Amino acid sequence: MITSFLLKSLDRSIVVVVAILLGLAIAIPALNLLTAPDHPLHVPTFLVSLFGKYLTYALLALALDLVWGFCGILSLGHAAFFALGGYAMGMYLMRQIGARGSYGNPLLPDFMVFLNWKELPWFWQGFDMFWFAALMVVLVPGLLAFVFGWFAFRSRVNGVYLSIITQAMTYALLLAFFRNDMGFGGNNGLTDFKDILGFNIQADGTRAALFAASALTLALCLVLTTAIVRSKYGKVLVAVRDAESRTRFLGYRVEHIKLFAFTVSAMMAGIAGALYVPQVGIINPGEFEPGNSIEVVIWTAVGGRGTLIGPIVGAILVNGGKSIFTAAFPEFWLFALGGLFVFVTLFLPKGVVGTASAYLARRKAHRRAADAENARDNLVAEPMAAE
Amino acid sequence: MYRILQTLLITLCLLVSAHVTGLRAADDLGALISALGTAKLAELDDRIAALAKSGDPRVIPVLEALGEGNLYARKADGGVFLTTEKGTNLVLVDPLDGADIGEVPKGELQKIKVNNAVRRAVRSALGGLTLFSADAEARLKAAQSMRQTPNAGALEAIETALAAEKDAAVRKTLDEARAVTLLVSDRPDDDKRAAIKALAEGGGREALGVLTSALSSADASLKPDIEAALQRIEQAQAFWNAGQNVWYGLSLGSVLLLAAIGLAITFGVMGIINMAHGEMVMLGAYTTFLVQDVIRGSYPALFDWSLAIALPLAFLVTGIVGLAIERSVIRFLYGRPLETLLATWGISLILQQSVRSIFGPTNREVGNPSWMAGAFELGGLTITWNRLWIIVFALAVFAALLFLLKRTSMGLRMRAVTQNRHMASSMGIRTPWVDALTFALGSGIAGMAGVALSQIDNVSPNLGQGYIIDSFMVVVFGGVGNLWGTLVGAFSLGILNKFLEPYAGAVLGKILVLVLIILFIQKKPRGLFALKGRAVEA
Repeated sequence: MITSFLLKSLDRSIVVVVAILLGLAIAIPALNLLTAPDHPLHVPTFLVSLFGKYLTYALLALALDLVWGFCGILSLGHAAFFALGGYAMGMYLMRQIGARGSYGNPLLPDFMVFLNWKELPWFWQGFDMFWFAALMVVLVPGLLAFVFGWFAFRSRVNGVYLSIITQAMTYALLLAFFRNDMGFGGNNGLTDFKDILGFNIQADGTRAALFAASALTLALCLVLTTAIVRSKYGKVLVAVRDAESRTRFLGYRVEHIKLFAFTVSAMMAGIAGALYVPQVGIINPGEFEPGNSIEVVIWTAVGGRGTLIGPIVGAILVNGGKSIFTAAFPEFWLFALGGLFVFVTLFLPKGVVGTASAYLARRKAHRRAADAENARDNLVAEPMAAE
Repeated sequence: MYRILQTLLITLCLLVSAHVTGLRAADDLGALISALGTAKLAELDDRIAALAKSGDPRVIPVLEALGEGNLYARKADGGVFLTTEKGTNLVLVDPLDGADIGEVPKGELQKIKVNNAVRRAVRSALGGLTLFSADAEARLKAAQSMRQTPNAGALEAIETALAAEKDAAVRKTLDEARAVTLLVSDRPDDDKRAAIKALAEGGGREALGVLTSALSSADASLKPDIEAALQRIEQAQAFWNAGQNVWYGLSLGSVLLLAAIGLAITFGVMGIINMAHGEMVMLGAYTTFLVQDVIRGSYPALFDWSLAIALPLAFLVTGIVGLAIERSVIRFLYGRPLETLLATWGISLILQQSVRSIFGPTNREVGNPSWMAGAFELGGLTITWNRLWIIVFALAVFAALLFLLKRTSMGLRMRAVTQNRHMASSMGIRTPWVDALTFALGSGIAGMAGVALSQIDNVSPNLGQGYIIDSFMVVVFGGVGNLWGTLVGAFSLGILNKFLEPYAGAVLGKILVLVLIILFIQKKPRGLFALKGRAVEA
């Protein structure tokens, strides 16, 4: 029944994107592992990781789109959920290093030995088990979002105010994680990872597998969000976005509806962060920078807010552009990014995908109208011919 | 004839005796110095004390050389010389007249050995000697070092110096040094009690430290006195600490107010989430840098006026930039606050990168004019002039802005447009121009804030980013659309921050403040002073 529900709710473009993602999940690792390094179609390992990083960004943008595009909550703190998921994964990876750190301590990560800590803090317990870390990747951001959203939505903190307090949240976390006493590696964060699930994290095979995992997760989350958005709940979500007071007066518990979307979105952001860390090889407090969260917003805006494919396209486009520009003209990148912000808000309020689909829809309608016109003409013409 | 002979004889005698006494003095010092060469390690202390007692300035280089291990005795005749190393030879200098005696191989000389105890004795003897230096700065330093490490032997020297001292600051330090030294000496207990009392009255961290260390070694009879004095100082310190915290809080609050006040206009009054606000502050700071650069190059005499010149220029520059931003971007986005956030964030990136490309990514040097440098003491508070001026300036800007908004026709129009655009437009107000000018005003004020903040912060392309989040917090906390709210918000956040800092540390204090603001907004979603009425929902 669930499958039929899912199938029903997917429209063609989503199916296409999911198919592309699944195809990439097979093709890129295959091209990386099975072709010779000098083969024209060979994908070098660094590119596999780079593309994998884009996909995790795309997942983050998708998560933001669920709350911003469909519920009207502009969260300026989504990078915080991303980073929290990343830290949970980072802690697992740190525990996997074991006695191979520079200080050779079998239990404590290097930075704790360096700070003269004698035993593992309580919140590091259990992170040596993957299932526990994976659970925390979802639970920690989810719980933070739940508590934060519970208070914020219940007291009807809206619009700009909500945006600003989410920014304050990520800023507070940034400051907190910079502290050495917090027990998360302070300034340097967590790095020098060795293994994931027993596989060498630097190995080509692991990288390819991580890429495939990112693509699959993104596809899964895309299907999930589509299901959410197309469901009855999704309709109410959009209603909250467009006319919050009216929805409340119709008898819906607006705060519960928002809270659900916000929490799910934070969990997705956490998963994105957890996939990001092993591919990039480091997580540090810089990920909490308020600027990062705002950048996520621009990916979503460029791709098209309120469309589910848009954020994926936007994240890949902007980050691809960033990789190319920062290498070719490092001075120019911030100008380009800044200009992009202004251009998109002024001229592309629906984003690339939104504008394109609107254009297609218009052309379709136009063609249909033209067809109808033709048909009527024919109808009119035939009797004339018959005469 | 006889008389002449007599006179001659007397003159001769006088001359000879004068010569002899001169020789005696030189001989004394010479003997004292030579005595260093023959002394055993245990005797050196006494010999150093004897040298220091002479009060002769020529002793200073000798003692310094001794402390550094550059004092040698000649094996042949026991003469003592200052030396400097030159290859395997030593260059000898006479300790009395500083005459260069020449190079001698090392083997002919014997180094006068010193240990740490001797070095300490040398240091305190030198401290005592510099107490009589002609330079007030040197005397102050000597007095401070004697206060830091009291040495009973130096008490007499301190008292002699105190009797001769004229400089008030040096006298005060000497007084404290004397009291401290008295405590470790073998003077009668009554004197010590008086000294404890004097120290308690003077207060200060040094007195606290000295009394605490004296407490452990003092006689049982003195202990209650010392404890009472300690308590007294601690109370006074707690009081002044609270005062200092309030002062720091006011200072931080004024900085927050300056940074936020322009935002109170663009965000609070106009509803634009102006993320480029921080960059306006930065542009103001760079204007100050440029003005000072020109002044340094061409009119150095005007340097003290540089800020006065920079203020209107910064207002103008950032005002024009603001005007351009409003006309080219923001006017298309009214009523869509979240979109203004994105667009202005983009603008802020562009402005940052422009400044980085033009001026380079590193900090630029902006100097303090002389009237802003330095500090003065007010009771137990240390108040720096630049902080004081910034508080005054912030309040002045606030007052001027309030006057502009509440008492001028331009302000009336601004308020009319922000409260009810359509009605204002129907009354014949040109709303687009009022919008543009309001935004320019907010930006201009941010630029003036930049002039002030350039005095206490690093002028770099990232200057503005540090202020943007705090500014938003202040405006939201105080209540959007209310200037008084911004004032109260800025100062209460500033003081709260500084009172949390001693207990929680600077970073944790800041985190706590952020968490408190987040919780506060749950309670009062519209800030401290919320606007009432229909305008709220619009």
